[in-house]
Amino acid sequence: MRRLVTDTLVIAERNLVRLPRAPELLLAFTVQPIMFVLLFRYVFGGAIKTPGFSYADFLIPGIIVQNIAFGGFVTALGLNEDLHKGLIDRFRSLPMARSAVLAGRTLADVVTNALSAAILVVTGLLIGFSFHTSFAHAVAGFALLLLFGYAFSWVFAFLGMLVSSAEAANSVGFIVVFPLTFISSAFVPVRSMPEVLRAFAEVNPFTITVNAMRSLWLGAPANDNVWGAVAWSLAIIAVFAPFAVARYRRAAGG
Amino acid sequence: MAGAIRDPQSWLARFERVPIDADSRAATGHWGPLKDADRSLKDGVSVRGLVKSYGAVRALAGVDLDAAPGTVLGLLGPNGAGKTTIVRILTTLLKPDGGTARVAGLDVVKDAARLRERIGLAGQYAAVDENLTGLENLTMVGRLYGEPRAKAKQRGQELLERFELLDAARRPTKTYSGGMRRRLDLAAALVARPPVLFLDEPTTGLDPRSRLQLWETIERLVADGTTVLLTTQNLDEADRLASEIVVIDHGRVLAGGTPDELKDRVGGERLEVRLVDAAAGEVAVGALASMTDETPDVVGDLLTAGVRRRDGAIVDAVRRLDQAGVGIEDVVLRRPTLDDVFLALTGHAAEEDDGEAPA
Repeated sequence: MRRLVTDTLVIAERNLVRLPRAPELLLAFTVQPIMFVLLFRYVFGGAIKTPGFSYADFLIPGIIVQNIAFGGFVTALGLNEDLHKGLIDRFRSLPMARSAVLAGRTLADVVTNALSAAILVVTGLLIGFSFHTSFAHAVAGFALLLLFGYAFSWVFAFLGMLVSSAEAANSVGFIVVFPLTFISSAFVPVRSMPEVLRAFAEVNPFTITVNAMRSLWLGAPANDNVWGAVAWSLAIIAVFAPFAVARYRRAAGG
Repeated sequence: MAGAIRDPQSWLARFERVPIDADSRAATGHWGPLKDADRSLKDGVSVRGLVKSYGAVRALAGVDLDAAPGTVLGLLGPNGAGKTTIVRILTTLLKPDGGTARVAGLDVVKDAARLRERIGLAGQYAAVDENLTGLENLTMVGRLYGEPRAKAKQRGQELLERFELLDAARRPTKTYSGGMRRRLDLAAALVARPPVLFLDEPTTGLDPRSRLQLWETIERLVADGTTVLLTTQNLDEADRLASEIVVIDHGRVLAGGTPDELKDRVGGERLEVRLVDAAAGEVAVGALASMTDETPDVVGDLLTAGVRRRDGAIVDAVRRLDQAGVGIEDVVLRRPTLDDVFLALTGHAAEEDDGEAPA
């Protein structure tokens, strides 16, 4: 057990140390989300009616949740690369804890997610977003964000082990996961959607998590959304972590 | 060319140290390096009846091999012969379907966890993290062996110095040349000073100079007592490094022995005659038939044949051809290379597909 912890930390450290040296990934964490915030706030923002909130307040929780969900994408790309470059074989030939490769990877995502959430909150504060609740609620919101992001890291870990190449991971990510984040309350009130989309959006875990964030940061009525979001995150981990681990064993030939 | 072996069965039978079935294998004891069979296998490799299938594809169909401590065993075979599968099983990456394999005295399945502390693996790809520096890569591996950070780092420095990578220690490895990456990969395999080292095509894709450097490194390791199991498609590599060679194809061992033994058994010296007139080939074959082991092979104006004795072979051949009225451009006698061995052993199955080799 001690071995699992130290090995996980070694792998997590490896994934964090290499990050600043892959400029394209670093841009994905920093500049790209800022660009999206600015685009939505100033291009679409004027045309979207969000009763009860300013659009800046409405947008920031939504875009942070979307961004955090995609934070795990690095895991999909990274694991796929490790697999093809023989690093997974090296790890498996070492006397290290077996699950540390995946656990370290997803743990590193938590750190990068925290970083990118912080960048987005600061950007939000500059364009008119503000917290309307207590400090404790704001912190609880951050914790929920990181949990939700962690859950999606496992989805992406599974995806990374499943697909044949980084390009394929990209396609699946953007064709399947990206639209899911849009058919939610992240950017517009779901009431404005056609009925079928709306029905989907209302049960979408993204909507539930975004609504939970709005209640924790803006004081919007919670309606069990916070517990719903926690339950969704835990359920996603419970399903995808074993899948990812099983896939890891298989893909690595064991 | 492959036609040189008209009767693979009797040809193979000349490898008298290669038992044809498991029973005779048991009766004759091991071939391979175990002339000193009583030598301790503690830090060697010993494989018996290894079987592995991927779905319907039989990757290994009962492989036996041995590497004595402190020697290099070369696994030679074409792509898809099963070499990598053997390495993956011996390094605990893959579970065999049947048979036993012991490495450094440990069973690769039952003692897998303990075995991982005693082996090093350098695979077909340089398995290093491109975005980490050389030192970070080695430090990471050391820590994953359970060493504290400072100690792992110190060992990394040592290895970088030994592999002449100290100048590049703090550069991300994506800036390294192919040769430097392979050296780093090999260094990573040596972090824990493993008594048994597995090298899966370690020099594939390297330029001749880097290849030579890597060979010298491997030779130094062996001189220090490391046991090495090396897979390669490169015959020069096997010839230079391996004290014993096992030729593998279609998941079976076709032959084994020292490089010299293998060459001898291909038919000793090879006579090559370049004819003035290619049309005289048949006459030439008839003239030489009684001095050669097998029917001489003619491709264009080049006739090749294995001969039994070196002494007087050229004079004898020239006299016979002269008497038969065959004009000769050139006659040479050359020692077979591992290429001849390889082609003879693996070529017949592919080109004269008259059923399986004797099982």
